Amino acid sequence: MSLLSPELWGPELWGIVTLSLQVALVGMLAALPFAVAMGYVLARKRFWGWHIVNGLVHLPLVMPPVITGYLLLVLFGRQGVIGGALYDVFGITLAFRWTGAALAAGIMAFPLMVRAIRLGIEAVDPGLEAAAATLGARPVRVFCTVTLPLVLPSLIAAAILGFAKALGEFGATITFVAAIPGETQTIPSAIYAMLQVPDQETGITVLVVLSIVFAFGALIVSEWLAMRVVKGQGR
Amino acid sequence: MLDVMIKGALGQSQFDIKFTAKPGVTALFGPSGAGKTTVANAIAGLWRPAEGRIAFGAEVWFDSALGVWVPPHKRKLGYVFQDARLFPHLSVAQNLRYGGAHDWERLITLLDLTPLLDRKPAHLSGGQKQRVALARALMRAPDVVVMDEPLASLDAPRKAEILPYLSRLRDISGVPIIYISHAMAEVAELATDLVLIDQGHVRDAGPLNAVLTNPANLPLLGPRDRGAVLHAEVTKHDKTAGLTELTFAGGTLRLPGQVGRLQQMLSLHIPAQDVILAHDVPQAMSALNALPARVVSLSQLQSGSVIVSLEVGETQILSQITQHSANALKLDEGQSLFAIIKATAMGASRV
Repeated sequence: MSLLSPELWGPELWGIVTLSLQVALVGMLAALPFAVAMGYVLARKRFWGWHIVNGLVHLPLVMPPVITGYLLLVLFGRQGVIGGALYDVFGITLAFRWTGAALAAGIMAFPLMVRAIRLGIEAVDPGLEAAAATLGARPVRVFCTVTLPLVLPSLIAAAILGFAKALGEFGATITFVAAIPGETQTIPSAIYAMLQVPDQETGITVLVVLSIVFAFGALIVSEWLAMRVVKGQGR
Repeated sequence: MLDVMIKGALGQSQFDIKFTAKPGVTALFGPSGAGKTTVANAIAGLWRPAEGRIAFGAEVWFDSALGVWVPPHKRKLGYVFQDARLFPHLSVAQNLRYGGAHDWERLITLLDLTPLLDRKPAHLSGGQKQRVALARALMRAPDVVVMDEPLASLDAPRKAEILPYLSRLRDISGVPIIYISHAMAEVAELATDLVLIDQGHVRDAGPLNAVLTNPANLPLLGPRDRGAVLHAEVTKHDKTAGLTELTFAGGTLRLPGQVGRLQQMLSLHIPAQDVILAHDVPQAMSALNALPARVVSLSQLQSGSVIVSLEVGETQILSQITQHSANALKLDEGQSLFAIIKATAMGASRV
């Protein structure tokens, strides 16, 4: 089979690719507001238990992904504390659904995003925020008109980094939602599944090449966007 | 009227501050680290002291006894920071409008900002940044203006560029301006009242010249800061001699060069070190100004010098001489003599 044969580019492979992009994008976008809030709190507030919160945020980064996936299953499964409530109240199921894959991807990407945003916010001079307050801006306006525009390059970096991480997420995802074709089978779990059967080299190659293209493209786009932002702000 | 009373600790420093700022410029003067910026931050609401009361007229911004605390964005206050703090991602015009566009036309003209409006702060010089920061604070139509060393980061020519704007602002705005500085030249030029701050405490407060000439304050002032400020009117520009003649309540002074405009009021800081005392006016003398004076009091400094308080007409000035000279002149309170002021020294201290 050649790389361009229509048979190979059938609905199956496309399904894997689009599902992966969907899971990664939704997971990243859902995590972003929380990452911004957490990054702001960690950068600007000092409180009792700061180190504990910071540690918890970084936990998915340092824990074996399988453990994260298992904990997600325990918490968000149909019998889990949160998962049970979600099902009873809203009728939402996450385990073994693509939304669960997005949750796993978002949680695995979360520490990286928080870190990038926190460093960006720490680089913003708090004096500028104080100046905005003395000019009559309430805290929400200060955040939206001063802090956020100044951390925009870091925000973009965080989003791209989070997206790339979510796209490549394997261990937590497969533990939490398995690899159901058409529902939760993303590129990494598809590659893993293909490796278990003979004569799948072409499909694997396509997915590997696409993964590299996505990762590289994400980096280029983030660099370009960050450059545009800085240029547009005339700094 | 702004009433300020602050008690509390910030880090290692203890604060016990109390003063009232009337319309005009109230200078908070003291060495670096005296706690002046902390006082400014408390007035602006950026620091909350443990105890105290800050009120603008009947409007209470902070009262620890009543549990009142108005956050910074609800205080009608314009704060000019030492480092300008312009928003780097916004143009000059957007920076100016951030807090309001009150009196836009007049402030733009007063501070010569028209050519800068479309620029980003990164493309402004230090002096331009401070002019924008000043206009931005004023466009809030503040009830109180706080300026924290607005000229400290600038070189002498840029200072000279901005000082006239500040004088005009003081004369036309009619609001209390709290002006923080450790540079006597700026204080002499701008201040109507002076609050001497040292180690978080107010050592003296009152009209500028009264505080400066109070012998008890002399140890708190640096050697070049000791002196008096007198207000004089430019009465003549003598082009052939290259001199400017100034008249004050006590006589006439002559300065080298062309200083100010005719009829302009100038504030001159006369350092005590530059005032020489003599029983008679020497016949041949390089110094230009010899003024009849009367000795009011003598105060010893630890350094072994003597500060002589003098009355020249209705104006009080200071002279610093050695103990040896004081003995030789047989100085005594009430004695009449001549105060000889080197014109170049005065010209240099005029900003």
